[in-house]
Amino acid sequence: MLAWTIYISFIGVLVLMLLPKGNAALARGVALMFALLGLGIGIAAFTQFKAGEIVAVADTSWVPSLGIHYHLAADGISLTLVLLTGSAAVAGILFSWNIEHRTKEFFAFYLALIGGVYGVFLSFDLFLLFVFYEIAIVPKYFIIAIWGSTRREYGAMKLALYSFIGSAMVLVGLIAAYVVSGAHSFDVTELAKYSFPHNFQIWAFPLVFIGFAILAGMWPFHTWAPTGHVAAPTAASMLLAGVVMKLGAYGCLRVAMTLFPDGLAAWKNFFAVLAIIGILYGAMVALVQKDFKFVIGYSSVSHMGFVLLGLMTLNAIGLSGAVLQMFSHGIIAGLLFAVVGRMVYDRTHTRDLDTLQTMGLSKAMPFAAVTFVIASMASMGLPGFSGFAAEFQVIVGAWKAFPTLAVLTGVGILIGVAYTLRVMQKAFFGETDEKEAHAHEPMPPISPQEKLGAVLLIAVSLVIGLFPRILLDIIVPSFDSPLFDWLRRLS
Amino acid sequence: MNFLDLLKLAVPETIVVLAVLFVLAADLVALRGVERRFRFIIGGMIACVGCVGGIVWMLISHTHENAFAGMLVVDPLTQFVKIALLALTIFTILLSMESDFTTHVGEYLALILLAAVGMMFLVSAEDILMIFISLELTSLSLYILAAFNKRDIKSAEASLKYFLFGGMSAAFTLFGLSLVYGLSGTTNLPEIAAALAGKGLDPLLVIAIVMVVIGFGFKVAAVPFHLWAPDAYQGAPTPSAAFIASGSKVASFFIFAKVMAIGFAGKEIEGSGAWHAYAPGWVPVVAILAALSMVLGNLVAIVQTSVRRLIAYSAIAHAGYMLLAIVSHNEQSLASLIYYAVTYGLTTVGAFGVVAVVEQGTGGEKLSDFAGLSRRAPVVSFCMLIFMLSLAGIPPLAGFFGKFYVFSAAIKSGAPDLGLLWLVILAVAMSAVSLYYYLQVLKQIYVNDVDSAPGAGNPLKPTVLTQVVLALLALLVIVLGCAPNLLIGWILTAIGSGPA
Repeated sequence: MLAWTIYISFIGVLVLMLLPKGNAALARGVALMFALLGLGIGIAAFTQFKAGEIVAVADTSWVPSLGIHYHLAADGISLTLVLLTGSAAVAGILFSWNIEHRTKEFFAFYLALIGGVYGVFLSFDLFLLFVFYEIAIVPKYFIIAIWGSTRREYGAMKLALYSFIGSAMVLVGLIAAYVVSGAHSFDVTELAKYSFPHNFQIWAFPLVFIGFAILAGMWPFHTWAPTGHVAAPTAASMLLAGVVMKLGAYGCLRVAMTLFPDGLAAWKNFFAVLAIIGILYGAMVALVQKDFKFVIGYSSVSHMGFVLLGLMTLNAIGLSGAVLQMFSHGIIAGLLFAVVGRMVYDRTHTRDLDTLQTMGLSKAMPFAAVTFVIASMASMGLPGFSGFAAEFQVIVGAWKAFPTLAVLTGVGILIGVAYTLRVMQKAFFGETDEKEAHAHEPMPPISPQEKLGAVLLIAVSLVIGLFPRILLDIIVPSFDSPLFDWLRRLS
Repeated sequence: MNFLDLLKLAVPETIVVLAVLFVLAADLVALRGVERRFRFIIGGMIACVGCVGGIVWMLISHTHENAFAGMLVVDPLTQFVKIALLALTIFTILLSMESDFTTHVGEYLALILLAAVGMMFLVSAEDILMIFISLELTSLSLYILAAFNKRDIKSAEASLKYFLFGGMSAAFTLFGLSLVYGLSGTTNLPEIAAALAGKGLDPLLVIAIVMVVIGFGFKVAAVPFHLWAPDAYQGAPTPSAAFIASGSKVASFFIFAKVMAIGFAGKEIEGSGAWHAYAPGWVPVVAILAALSMVLGNLVAIVQTSVRRLIAYSAIAHAGYMLLAIVSHNEQSLASLIYYAVTYGLTTVGAFGVVAVVEQGTGGEKLSDFAGLSRRAPVVSFCMLIFMLSLAGIPPLAGFFGKFYVFSAAIKSGAPDLGLLWLVILAVAMSAVSLYYYLQVLKQIYVNDVDSAPGAGNPLKPTVLTQVVLALLALLVIVLGCAPNLLIGWILTAIGSGPA
């Protein structure tokens, strides 16, 4: 059944392409319907899911001469990310309700991207995973280049090339692993059983890991992220930060770490340090930005650092924290970008914090202000929101694995509080004199779609924050599956 | 063996030659006074019927024959390549039906078919004499095809350059082959290999191999023998350029691989291009050509403003990837080479088809002439999207699987110490670079807006036939990419059943 998340998205692309030109409302409705269907399928699968199992979805021979299978399956980790994709997709469409320019093309590219993302999360054949991973690259380029804003063509091309270079590294590693193992299979469960020669793992692991981590925004390969986020239209920033960066982190976990545990053991300190640098660097750069969206862009780099750090802890609590953080950051970053890009920028046409400061936005659009405050609290990691549950686990895991680095992580959280408060204060609660505030034209009210989208994301973050067990109960048992034998061997 | 048997073996070629005669006769006798469009349709129909006839014959006959010691080899593999060549010919003819560059319709179509016949014989040949003759039949037809637009000086320039370079390359090939004959005393490829075995790398043999590689290097436009390609692609009439880029490529690569892998088989002649196990021979030579082609083709393509030249440089880069398959020469690499060349041919024919549509609508083929195409001709633009992404190697299109197959064959051939990894890394890195310029084309089509000049934004009206053919090609590229086994399975059975 889960396979239909992929099919339904691509069917949506076809339907949108065949719609008559110029009927924007119809295109929106159709897109929303298909996204909701995808989310519905994800939730239905979630309710039937038994913790610890790997649900087989589809497995047929695809290219027999190379042993490639069309193998879709889902464990708790995949399912968590499928749920994230569904929620982010629905919210993204709600926040793109105001797109009037080439509407049906926009949503066609959008659903193509979503379909590719679902595919990556559900593929258990690495060839298939790679195919979906690359399918996701192209729509991103067009969405940003056509509907984006600041330096959109530059940002789009940079993102496309970074992704493609990353995937090129992954491709080399995958083919080499396929040949060296001699297993005549790309199936991750098959390849995970094979223990690759140590020397091979030493270079193959960083190759594949970095290839994926580029998309996860790992320092120093993160530079596509802020420019891409800033250039992208709101829905695309939401998806980029919310889902696409998770593709990278997911690839690191499912491919690089699973296939090359010896390489992982040798390199984990190195990558843990890079993750910490990412946390601190992203936070400190966010602290001094003048552009509202750049702040959120860099904060994404910082929060993704937590994911990578969690992965490197190699203990169950750190890893499950990393997966939970993928989910949590996907929701919260989506919400933040929605406020910045849709609610504020589309009405004020500026993202300059100094200008925003004079506008008195908390009075002009109280809903946006409240949403942003809630999102900020979630982002800072206040208890009760999903960010807390996730980052707390990562830090506990890091404390066990790298005590010194864990301290620095705490510093990163502190800086996170600082930049979030700063931007909140500047953007919404700046001191205004009454005359100037009224000099601006009255802004269009927040639309019902925006309210709905915001409520959806806030609710998800709250529910997971208050009852993290909903997801942890399916994430944690996943690490007991044979797929994670390497984890027990290493620890 | 009598002549009737020989004729039986060459039935597909004969059918196509008959089609040539019919086309010429019909056009010269009956259609003189008729409108050009009509002549193209009638002539094209006859030509296509001939090609289809050849294809059908090959599909139903399962001959396995080697006539006159390798002069004409008919087995499932050569049949397959010929079918692919005829399919490419059909597509080229269909796309040329709207052209207006010539009034010599019959001659034009006849030359395309003659070139196709040359390629078919070339594919079947396992004898250096026969290889040379068919190569010349193909080349001479193609030179004239390139010059066919008599009103355009660029077409003449293209043809002259192509002819001069081609003539040089033929001289090199002939010289190399004659040395090979002198060394081995035979013109048959397997016998050559047998005669050369055990003698090691004779200095004369080195010269012979280098000459042969240079000759074929010209044909497949590998760096540094690529200089004719951009001009020929730019100046030649679009269908001619498409045929030079597709059919001619497929046939040349097939015969190149055959000559090297069969004629120069044997460890001491092959040598090795592996990282730590370098050994002199033809493999490292071809490996260097491959590396140069990939790097230069991709880097120079970045700065092109003419789409035809961009396709030409990308063709050079793709020649590099295909040379990689020749370098690997293992059981998988031949299949990967054929798959790659055929799907590449289909994609390129399609891309040239789109270029032709744009040229007819805007009068130019600069990148800027493609601006806003997605709003002027949505179907054609979508086809171009598929073709460009396939050339860039984005899954699930055929271009991706071709690359994947070639790369995995190359890594396998260097296993277990992954000696050819350096070349594969280079290839993968360069294909990442290539995404940039393919996206430049797509950016013009989808992102940029049409010029504000009056009339510039009008919808282009490509004919139904053109749209259908382009859509069919795009569909093939998608289907062959999603279900590569359709082609791979066929090729592997063909290879497995043959003595080759």
